[in-house]
Amino acid sequence: MKGLFIIAALGILAMLAEIFKFKKVLYPLVLVGILGAYAANFTEWNNTLNIPAFSNMIMFDNVALVFSGVILITAFFWFILANDYFEHDHITDHFALVLFSLVGALMLTSFSNMTTLFLGVEILSIPMYVLAASQKRLVVSNEAGFKYLIMGSFASGFLLFGIALIYGATGSFDLMEIRSYITQSNGNMPAFFYAGVVVILAAMSFKVSAAPFHFWAPDVYEGSPTVITTLMITIVKTAAFAAFMHLFLVVFGKVNDVWGMVLACIIALSLVISNVTAATQTNVKRLLAYSSISHAAFMLMAILANSRPWGSINSVLYYTLAYSISSITAFTVLYNVAKNKNSEEISAFNGLGKKHPLMALCMVIALFSLAGIPVTAGFFAKYYVFSVLVGTTYKWLMVIAILASLVGVYYYFKIIIAMYFKHDESHEPIKIEFSHVLLMIITTLITLAIGIVPGYIVEIFG
Amino acid sequence: MLVGLLIFVPLIASLLVLFTKGKASRTAALGLSIIELVIAAVVFFQFKHNPDNAALTLNYSWIESMGIHFSVSINALSLLMVLLTAFLTPLIILSSFNTEYENPHSFYSLILFMQMALVGVFTTNDGFLFYIFWELALIPIYFICLLWGGENRGRITFKFFVYTLFGSLFMLIGLVYLYNHTGIDTGIKSWAVNDLYVAGKSLSLNQQSFVFWAIFLAFAVKMPVFPLHTWQPDTYVNAPTQGTMLLSGIMLKMGTFGAIKWLLPITPLALERWGYLVIALSIIGIIYASCIAIVQKDYKRLIAYSSIAHVGLISAGIFTANQQGIQGSLVQMLAHGVNVVGLFLIADILMRHTGTRELNKLGGIRNMNGNFAVLFLIIMMGAVALPLTNGFIGEFLLINSVFQYHAIAGAFAGLTIILGAVYMLRSYQAIMLGERHDSAVAFGSLASSDKWALYIICATVIVLGVYPKPISDLAEEGAKLIIMNLK
Repeated sequence: MKGLFIIAALGILAMLAEIFKFKKVLYPLVLVGILGAYAANFTEWNNTLNIPAFSNMIMFDNVALVFSGVILITAFFWFILANDYFEHDHITDHFALVLFSLVGALMLTSFSNMTTLFLGVEILSIPMYVLAASQKRLVVSNEAGFKYLIMGSFASGFLLFGIALIYGATGSFDLMEIRSYITQSNGNMPAFFYAGVVVILAAMSFKVSAAPFHFWAPDVYEGSPTVITTLMITIVKTAAFAAFMHLFLVVFGKVNDVWGMVLACIIALSLVISNVTAATQTNVKRLLAYSSISHAAFMLMAILANSRPWGSINSVLYYTLAYSISSITAFTVLYNVAKNKNSEEISAFNGLGKKHPLMALCMVIALFSLAGIPVTAGFFAKYYVFSVLVGTTYKWLMVIAILASLVGVYYYFKIIIAMYFKHDESHEPIKIEFSHVLLMIITTLITLAIGIVPGYIVEIFG
Repeated sequence: MLVGLLIFVPLIASLLVLFTKGKASRTAALGLSIIELVIAAVVFFQFKHNPDNAALTLNYSWIESMGIHFSVSINALSLLMVLLTAFLTPLIILSSFNTEYENPHSFYSLILFMQMALVGVFTTNDGFLFYIFWELALIPIYFICLLWGGENRGRITFKFFVYTLFGSLFMLIGLVYLYNHTGIDTGIKSWAVNDLYVAGKSLSLNQQSFVFWAIFLAFAVKMPVFPLHTWQPDTYVNAPTQGTMLLSGIMLKMGTFGAIKWLLPITPLALERWGYLVIALSIIGIIYASCIAIVQKDYKRLIAYSSIAHVGLISAGIFTANQQGIQGSLVQMLAHGVNVVGLFLIADILMRHTGTRELNKLGGIRNMNGNFAVLFLIIMMGAVALPLTNGFIGEFLLINSVFQYHAIAGAFAGLTIILGAVYMLRSYQAIMLGERHDSAVAFGSLASSDKWALYIICATVIVLGVYPKPISDLAEEGAKLIIMNLK
């Protein structure tokens, strides 16, 4: 709860910075503030005061705190990556927008009422629409923002529709009351209740960019500024998954026979479509965008497994952390390569192994992690998903997932082969800021560390 | 503790080598790998002295909540493989002394890192750890082939990587499935190999069949068993010599060793049901690969195919699941490891001295260097399994076991001796005998590192051929362990 307040206060402060002219100190202030919010999380751990606040609107229980932690730590790394996004124009606006979207993300980890869910989704999304279009002189950026806005509003409409249907059946927005309604009615719910669940499923699938609701994702991810893409596939994804998980495990867990098969089909579609399409991409950003759909499918598999009491939660938690951290590394390298070469094509990576061995090595480890190769975090994440799914009736999904992972290896390794095997004609060295080098090394080390000793993460609950 | 050293010495060595430069790298790598060999020898004598020595096991909890342990130990089975790894790695490093590689520190570091992973695969008793080491072994060899390989290496190493990863992932599913069936009585799930054995045996035939094929796929790709062998010849030919040696000398044994320890005792019912199919595939592989080897023009490619044939016999022996078959396969794994490294070294020497490996461009080298001709002859005799060479006893046991399994299968498997003799003698004749070819004119005396590597290999071929007792005793003990677990 304190974390949420701190981030919200930072957002307001950022807007005041323009008026009171302390723009220069804003960047360090935000970094310290995020760390402060992260530390504040710890003070609330296992707190008996975890009673719902604001008349049952929000509840920061341990699960919410841990997911907030993942979001805040990723946000901290993201701000280090995005330092020059806050150097030119609209500095304070950018700060405020990012910080408010963080507020939305934190709300999505902790909502305990359908209205807070909707508020969280909107507070998260609206700044993102603007940020996607923030390179206002580029057509692709405008297109990205516009597409995101149109499609996002559409999904929000679906979400509201689903919430309304559920309200119609249960007479409440409160998650606990909806849950006790499901328990009490013992399978005798009206048909439109089920319709509501499925409509919400579709809306949330849109937010996590799972097929067939993924059409916006590649264009938006490619068109947005690189740092904003990073923000979308790390923090926004983590928040959306926290919300998805909370809804479907905690609230609708009992009716999983309704949404299970639908979700399984969504997963299978996402795995196939994303990986097959990613394999043909030559633009690295677009490639990572498609691959993020595939990772979304893996996280959905953990939710689908509906493993109680902690299996699925631990699995999603570990996956979001592993994926966010590895993505930060990969995007740090991509961002700097693209800046030096003015190109985001795979060919821009040619010869990086010779030109900047450290960057290449970090990229290799990040790609290994995304591809799921031991001992990186990504491997353990995938392993954990398999281990919760193997006890269910959805074992067939694992076969698709394995084949999809193999295709994944194909396109991730295209980058590795380019770095080490292809030669670069130009001899200009690759320049990279010291803070980015540091960020790259730290995130790489985290990727390895949580891969080697995953116990600290997966034993938080249970 | 000793067994811990076996794994961590190569790991530390691989990090140390990173800090060296130029020629110092290979000297350091050689020295460090000899330290590992000494440790392996100490382990061997400790084991002989007292097999239950506490220094030979190590067990730490790694991820408590999921029953994953860092658990490694030495028994007869793993000891054989560790000896092979520790013996071949210095030889492989020694064989590289006459080739200048770019960035030698990374090259040798990767070799030593791979040694760590291989020793891990052979010693671990935890299914999860086994999978981790299994995959870790793949990464260094991928980079060795990608960075120092020949033409087309990008495409070929990629094919290799995808093939092996494909198999591995199915093995992961099989292992996870088994893991979920452990602890039926106790409620505590575990990755320990003995618990996986129990879990596997508690499954019905259909479930066992699923596990069997899922895990088999990984091992079959690694060996490789026909028809999953298509990655192998290209990869062997394109990899740098040391990469080829690692692949054929040691890495291939991961597959056969895996089948013995991680497949047979887990799925006895499925083995009874499907064993014949695997044996049939293996025998087809023997004949198919031998026939292709006979018509090969490139000597390195010829050895690659001969390796498929040899490993076909080993896998046929393993899946007969009788004691002789397993014992024979263990002995043959060692012999094949030594011989194939020798043959690839010879191919490398030929390439360096004459600039070609084409059989029809070579000839008459015996006249130039009689010493080399004798060494080559001894190694080749080992490869065709002449009595009194190391190849003989293993091959004899294997053919015998396949014959016991089914007479016709035995007859076809026995063809390996004849066909093997054909392609080996034919290639020897083409390279060493006959008219002196232009390419042979410049063939001078061998470099001392090559000479020593060949001497050591030839000595091993003869010593183990004349006195195989220490190895075959260990192999018998190992085979008994597995047979005991089959029941």
